[in-house]
Amino acid sequence: MAGKTLFEKIWERHLVKTMADGTALLYIDRHLVHEVTSPQAFEGLRMAKRPVRRPDLSFATMDHNVPTTTADRMTIRDPISAAQVEALRNNCKAFGVNLYDLQSDHQGIVHIIGPEMGITVPGLTIVCGDSHTSTHGAFGTLAFGIGTSEVEHVLATQTLRQTRPKTFRVEFTGRLPHGVTSKDMILKLIGQIGTAGGTGYVIEYAGEAVRALSMEARMTICNMSIEGGARAGMIAPDDTTYEYIAAADRPFAPQGESFERARAYWQTLPSDADAVFDRELTIAADQIAPQVTWGTNPGMVVDVTDCVPHPQEVPGHSVRDVEQALTYMGLEPGTPMTEIKLDTVFIGSCTNARIEDLRKVAGIIKGRRKADHVRVIVVPGSQQVRKQAEAEGIDQIFEAVGAEWRHAGCSMCLGMNPDQLTPGERCASTSNRNFEGRQGKGGRTHLVSPEMAAAALLEGHFVDIRNWSP
Amino acid sequence: MQAFQTHRGIVATLDRANVDTDQIIPKQFLKSIKRTGFGESLFFDWRYGADGKANPDFELNDPKFAGASILVTRNNFGCGSSREHAVWAVAQYGFRAIIAPWQDRNGGRVPGFADIFRNNCVKNGILTIELSEPEVDTLFEQVERFKGVNATIDLDEQRVILHVDEEIAFHFDIDPVVKDHLIRGLDDIALTLEYANDITAFEKTHDTQLAETV
Repeated sequence: MAGKTLFEKIWERHLVKTMADGTALLYIDRHLVHEVTSPQAFEGLRMAKRPVRRPDLSFATMDHNVPTTTADRMTIRDPISAAQVEALRNNCKAFGVNLYDLQSDHQGIVHIIGPEMGITVPGLTIVCGDSHTSTHGAFGTLAFGIGTSEVEHVLATQTLRQTRPKTFRVEFTGRLPHGVTSKDMILKLIGQIGTAGGTGYVIEYAGEAVRALSMEARMTICNMSIEGGARAGMIAPDDTTYEYIAAADRPFAPQGESFERARAYWQTLPSDADAVFDRELTIAADQIAPQVTWGTNPGMVVDVTDCVPHPQEVPGHSVRDVEQALTYMGLEPGTPMTEIKLDTVFIGSCTNARIEDLRKVAGIIKGRRKADHVRVIVVPGSQQVRKQAEAEGIDQIFEAVGAEWRHAGCSMCLGMNPDQLTPGERCASTSNRNFEGRQGKGGRTHLVSPEMAAAALLEGHFVDIRNWSP
Repeated sequence: MQAFQTHRGIVATLDRANVDTDQIIPKQFLKSIKRTGFGESLFFDWRYGADGKANPDFELNDPKFAGASILVTRNNFGCGSSREHAVWAVAQYGFRAIIAPWQDRNGGRVPGFADIFRNNCVKNGILTIELSEPEVDTLFEQVERFKGVNATIDLDEQRVILHVDEEIAFHFDIDPVVKDHLIRGLDDIALTLEYANDITAFEKTHDTQLAETV
């Protein structure tokens, strides 16, 4: 009999029952909750007079609506946003759910605070009413986004009804070149398989280049699995994972003897050598160039050394779709990507706003000034990341370069708070989606790594970071 | 949940691929804490001009699609964010079913709908139908040729029947579990709570801290 994949091991361990209709009832170990996708779920519980089954396994914070300036953060001016934040507060209190409120040191983007506090550890099932829940798969968990009806289902039952997804192993061979990051790995993959290429699958990322990544870099890859259509992405735990979890200040992670027992279990999780996947793909990591998106979905991406493509030459997209994307983006085919002039650089989001991301950007921009015409916004992923950056003097580096140093939240990744692009404004963004209007109506987003964003904010346009020096 | 058995209605087309949930319902409408009131904001940025009036260039504003309840579109509909508000908007606009093509790519079948969106549809009684690309092309052609084209969707028979000069019918495949849920309009939570004893028994031996069986 063939061995088992990491996914299969977690799935089987969490299978409460195969129900009469063949659907799996899957137990959920951690339920992360935020203000946008939960109010209707709590309301549903109220109407049916149902309690939250496991408030001890439910963790909430407000991140999407939250203003990121010191002046506005505590008193949200938009009354509708304020009401949504207040609703979360009231619901958590009424149902006994753990809440990291705005004044908490642990407030932040839900996918950043989970790993940070040790809520996320290997082998768990984790869900949240947010598609970027795939982030947590970096620890060897099965983590995926759900809709509000399913949020209510988890709150009421601590389970989900699921049909079993297929498995897809993506191996990155070799080592990444200098200046190329895990963001480039995932963008490269999405460019190759398309934004629907992973639909129906759980992706396991493997190979030498993945093993060499830090936990934070692994989170970036898993985070964008959904941009390739896969609800979940995962990476087998290893010593890098255990070291991250053993670090100080992870109150929810197992400690002491409990940690040792847990680790012994975690070590059994990686896919067996003879495990069979439904699909496999190999990508040579040493051949990956820095990636920049030119269009209106993350699959519309090229090497930084390439030009804006002609509508006829984009595989997987109709000519009409490419033409629409280019019109929206205000780009001419044949323009070198390095000649695209930027108005704004956004460093933030659950994809790339962890401390390592900020350290890397700071290392590049230290002692320099941003290009005059560029506005730069830096939004740490959590208040902990902000605190750490300030302890290291990174905030000073950002302020010296001419950037705005903000408080934690989703911010301009989706512009639910006041941080938005204006029509036509062109932004290099470390976030995850370049959809039309995503960062503000009419805004034009180019997705890049933090390192590429750092160089771009100094130069005012994209550069090939591999052979660039400031 | 509203059950879905058979439905007859006007077919509207939206000739775009990879329509993401940010387009279906933009961010500013996600601040509501209610489950209703989203229909007017469906496809907001495409549907309305800067002056707040209907954008005449947007397909769904074509008068021949007034009152449409079946949407035909291109591949990977509903990608991106998990926001169920997108499905609420689709449903509250008046759509009961969405048709999109699956694609054959690299020898594999790429679904016509994004996963989370499709799941959210089932929870709200919206039927998502996948047909082949040539079949969807035919739907686009027929809707282009005639005004106010009607179709009947028979979920039990798994058929889409287009009422044009000569009726055109397509068979579609569907997960039998999804089909059963839609036809009977089942409430998932109530169904799962019938297994409450199984969940309690599972919890007795499942350590959620280590995911380790004690």
